[in-house]
Amino acid sequence: MTGVALLTVALVLLPLFAIFAYLVYKGIGSINWAFLTQTPKPVGEPGGGMANAIVGSMVILGIASLMGVPMGIGAGIFLSEYGRNRYGDIVRFVSDVLNGVPSIVIGIVAYGLVVMRQKHFSALAGGVALAIMMIPTIARTTEQMLLLVPQAIREAAYGLGVSRWRTTLSITLRTATSGVITGVMLAFARVAGETAPLLFTAFGNQFWNWKSDQPTAALSLQIFTYAISPFDEWHKQAWAGSLVLIILIVSAVAAVRLAVKHGTLSGA
Amino acid sequence: MSNQALPRPRFNAPDPERGTKAALKIETSSAPLLQGRVSEVPDAVFGWAMRFCGFAVVALLALIVYQLVAGSQLSWHAFGLKFFGQSDWNPVEDQYGALPFMYGTIVSSLLSLVIAVPLSLGVAVFITEMCPVGFRGILSFTTELLAAIPSVVYGLWAIFVMVPLLREYVQPFLGKTLGWTGLFTGPPYGIGMLAAGIILAIMIIPIISSITREVLTVVPQHQREAVLALGATRWEMIRMGVLRNARAGIVGAIILGLGRALGETMAVTMVIGNRPEIAKSLFAPGYTMASVLANEFTEATGDLYLSALIEIGLALFFVTIVVNALARIMVWSVTRGQPARSLA
Repeated sequence: MTGVALLTVALVLLPLFAIFAYLVYKGIGSINWAFLTQTPKPVGEPGGGMANAIVGSMVILGIASLMGVPMGIGAGIFLSEYGRNRYGDIVRFVSDVLNGVPSIVIGIVAYGLVVMRQKHFSALAGGVALAIMMIPTIARTTEQMLLLVPQAIREAAYGLGVSRWRTTLSITLRTATSGVITGVMLAFARVAGETAPLLFTAFGNQFWNWKSDQPTAALSLQIFTYAISPFDEWHKQAWAGSLVLIILIVSAVAAVRLAVKHGTLSGA
Repeated sequence: MSNQALPRPRFNAPDPERGTKAALKIETSSAPLLQGRVSEVPDAVFGWAMRFCGFAVVALLALIVYQLVAGSQLSWHAFGLKFFGQSDWNPVEDQYGALPFMYGTIVSSLLSLVIAVPLSLGVAVFITEMCPVGFRGILSFTTELLAAIPSVVYGLWAIFVMVPLLREYVQPFLGKTLGWTGLFTGPPYGIGMLAAGIILAIMIIPIISSITREVLTVVPQHQREAVLALGATRWEMIRMGVLRNARAGIVGAIILGLGRALGETMAVTMVIGNRPEIAKSLFAPGYTMASVLANEFTEATGDLYLSALIEIGLALFFVTIVVNALARIMVWSVTRGQPARSLA
């Protein structure tokens, strides 16, 4: 039996190593200074890069974080400090359900909300879609982290005459900071590689764009476009783009692991 | 909202230190010390701001439902329930039926479960029951790394590595040995339902195995000891003492994986072949609900076309909601005693 179990582990780990090996093997050759600093070249011309897509991804993720993080943390505070009742249960259940909504459906919603009104594909619409995906994740992890803070600490603050809002922000949230940041980064890592909700919100762009109400390139979109294209040159760029994307995400996850290990909450 | 609420209370907030000093000084006074100094207004404002954030989550769900329902009205009035029973998808003549997409979504997801469930159970059992303790963390971290890879990267890998392997080796072999079942016939394109099922399986293994692991670890140790004391072998102990006890949770984990597989878009779109046909053979190209949205949404020219696509999105949304809610309740029933209630 142990043999069978070992075999399953091997079968599961095999694709993981295969994917990473291929990413490094195919991607590393195409990552160079031009790839990181230039915009895509027209078909047939060698060279070019994904600089605009890398920056575009960051802009979209920035917009998403600006909207999603405060909202998510707020909802988390509600769940742990005000939501130990039936209303909290409803919000808790809805967040879990929202977590399971397919990302492409979120894309449709953001299209209806932003793109239809603006009559433009835009970075803003992409940001809205990703923010909607971040909120439930952040809310639930924030809640769990705040619940880890001992009740006695809150009571100590109340005993000193500190008001409830001040206790929540300066004592409870402060104590759980590293855990909350962990949750935020996990949500960030999760949406950073998303492609489906950006297809008809950010749309993609072959050129530089600095306006938030215009179609914007994103790394994941660019990888998709290049991967399904028939051109060898573009395939290489897709591998390189994937490697850059993976490095960004894995370093975020690793940072999270580190933060948890050395965080103030690890001993609590 | 919460930002607006923050600056106001600055005037009223008592300094914690001053509060202490005051409390030490006026020990004998019978009047409540802080009366009139702690205003209840900032507390109320903050409380409501947080409640607003919480209920915004519910509002978000309502907004999603509203957007999808409103957007699909046109198609709903044109086709009614027939929309889900028709296999004709013809944008030129404005005829839309979702059947081939539903078929593709269901078949590819079930196929992925067939592959992923035994593998994830094996990994979960190995990690919780057999693995040396020091090795456990590394192994679970590695499996979860699979979940951190973006869907589009899976798709890229599938197109250029997995599909050629399928085309050259796996599909001819399957066709020769299992061709008589009718499931593995036709030309080996590489891309198609089989490729979609395999890449989906790779993507949902981390979810199923990590939740199964969680569920297995809450099975009480004395259950294992009791079964062993009755003379069971290790395998019998795992089967009767552990897996049977965690049944509901494991089923929940599997359904959660199913929910992910149903809604997965990019990797599937890249390898399934994108042809709205219903074929018995798993070698044949297919189409899923999520991938038709990904491919055609930006190109939908007519209002009815767009509306039909949104209706597919609505159907996908409801299926995943039901599947996820079911799974959550089953996982909760094992890990927390009761569903939803007993959190506090």
